[in-house]
Amino acid sequence: MKSRTSAERRNTTQRIGFIFLRIVAIIAVLPIIAIIAIIVYKGASAISWEFITGFPSNGMRSGGIWPAIVGTFFLTMGCAILVTPVGIGAAVYLAEYAPDNRWTQSIRIAIINLAGIPSVVYGLFGLGLFVIFLNLGISIVAGAFTLAIMTLPVIITTTEEALRAVPQSFRVVSISLGATQWQTVRRIVLPQALPGMITGVILGLERAAGETAPILFTAAVFYLPQLPSSALDPTMALPYHLYVISTQVPGMEPEIQYGTALVLLAFVLGMNLLATVVRSRARARRQW
Amino acid sequence: MKFPTIKSESLITGIIKITGYSAIIFVGLIFYFLISEGLPAITKVPFSEFLKTRWYPIEDYFGILPMLVGSFIVTVGALIIAVPIGLLTAIYISEVASRRTKEFLKPLVELLGGFPSVVLGFLGLLILSQYLREILNLPTGLSALTGALILAGIAIPAIVSISEDALDAVPKSYRDASLALGATEWQTIWWVTLPAAKSGVLTAIMLGIGRAIGETMVVLMVTGNAPMMPKGLATFFNPTRTMTATIAAEMGEVANGSTHYNVLFFIGIVLFVIALIVNVTASTFVFRRKKRSERILS
Repeated sequence: MKSRTSAERRNTTQRIGFIFLRIVAIIAVLPIIAIIAIIVYKGASAISWEFITGFPSNGMRSGGIWPAIVGTFFLTMGCAILVTPVGIGAAVYLAEYAPDNRWTQSIRIAIINLAGIPSVVYGLFGLGLFVIFLNLGISIVAGAFTLAIMTLPVIITTTEEALRAVPQSFRVVSISLGATQWQTVRRIVLPQALPGMITGVILGLERAAGETAPILFTAAVFYLPQLPSSALDPTMALPYHLYVISTQVPGMEPEIQYGTALVLLAFVLGMNLLATVVRSRARARRQW
Repeated sequence: MKFPTIKSESLITGIIKITGYSAIIFVGLIFYFLISEGLPAITKVPFSEFLKTRWYPIEDYFGILPMLVGSFIVTVGALIIAVPIGLLTAIYISEVASRRTKEFLKPLVELLGGFPSVVLGFLGLLILSQYLREILNLPTGLSALTGALILAGIAIPAIVSISEDALDAVPKSYRDASLALGATEWQTIWWVTLPAAKSGVLTAIMLGIGRAIGETMVVLMVTGNAPMMPKGLATFFNPTRTMTATIAAEMGEVANGSTHYNVLFFIGIVLFVIALIVNVTASTFVFRRKKRSERILS
């Protein structure tokens, strides 16, 4: 019964192999849970009404982070306003209009490259074009433009996927009823793809909200005694504030640092959760 | 499917077409501004100067070689950790885990990819570097190794997510055929499924490289930022400095149009070109696979 023992040996190999794979997967996942646990555990005690709504005082060593929260909110909203129409337009072009030729291929290569450009290079570009060349200065609008271009590839890709998921038969029916292409897109395809598009936009903005490098030289400043009064003002921002208080300010209370990290993480993970909810609710309701 | 061309829609069609080409326009703009601000560096500083090992801009020493090597070391270190862990995790999720485990694990790993890098850098600075300093008995915990460990955490979600997609896309009939021939599931994974998903896995690794080499805040915060030429294996335990961190740390303090300013943009060009090569390579893996499958099907 030689073959049987060889089969047994192979089964043992498989069993050990699967255990090994499971251990590696645990090693990959454990740090994620640890990171969230540590930040929540050490940061929760810092969270108070004064911390959220107060201004930093005593050279950031006490007080709150309100101007940073407001700044990140403005930057993210500005980015959303700028990127959403262009991103959706580009996705509609690629999914509904674009012929399958060399030009479309080069658009796709350009999107892949945009997605791969390091965030600090976006910062350089934003500095060169928006801050200096267009003379917007270090401002919310310069930062929002920079973040918008950075998030564009994410939004195009996810939105196109959502549009392509709409069954072809919907378009066929629409055209057979005499609708034009734009009528079909606007009345049939876009409404059907809406939840997927919203998910994509939120995931893109999640990235914009958490990024530091693109706003380093385009929007963010160390400290502001009051909230920005126009889009042409510079602003504080949560990720940059966390960077500042963890590297540039000596003698910081760890509690405030962890508290700031917790607020930033909650901001970003909250958006992630929102995207997941939108997606799963739409999936449950979908009839195709 | 062909729609008739309608005149009244030419305006909206035109707008959609322009937004469609926006990605090309922006890549062009980015390239143009990097060149226009970075290229003067070559006329102001002799090219051979860049390849020297001393970076001290105040006295006009602009050797970017230490940063080039620093970026390389940190990225390689990150990949040594991230590729095996990422790939094996992807295999576990796709081939071994139950459906429920899978639906829990994949979003969790992808969640890490959404963490702001400044948060990871912050934890690296406060926790990881302290541990490493004590355990390895180093003078400072801010080293290439610390950077590589956290960059691995940033590369893993990209590698897991895309490799898992690639493994998942391998037709079930491949696995069934292998099992029917008497192979175990373990053998099927290594001899059938993984080779079939090879191009997707390579794409995943390339994108992981792209994430690691372009990451800024983590390396700025935890690698110690000393522009020194690495020597031997001890390099990993010494402070180092990457190209991205140099730009981030110094751009805020230079005068617009100065030589230093131009040189930082020049480093930006180098990063842009590296990212271009990495991403075009990654996408050709995918394109090539498409052609091969088309060949088989035709």
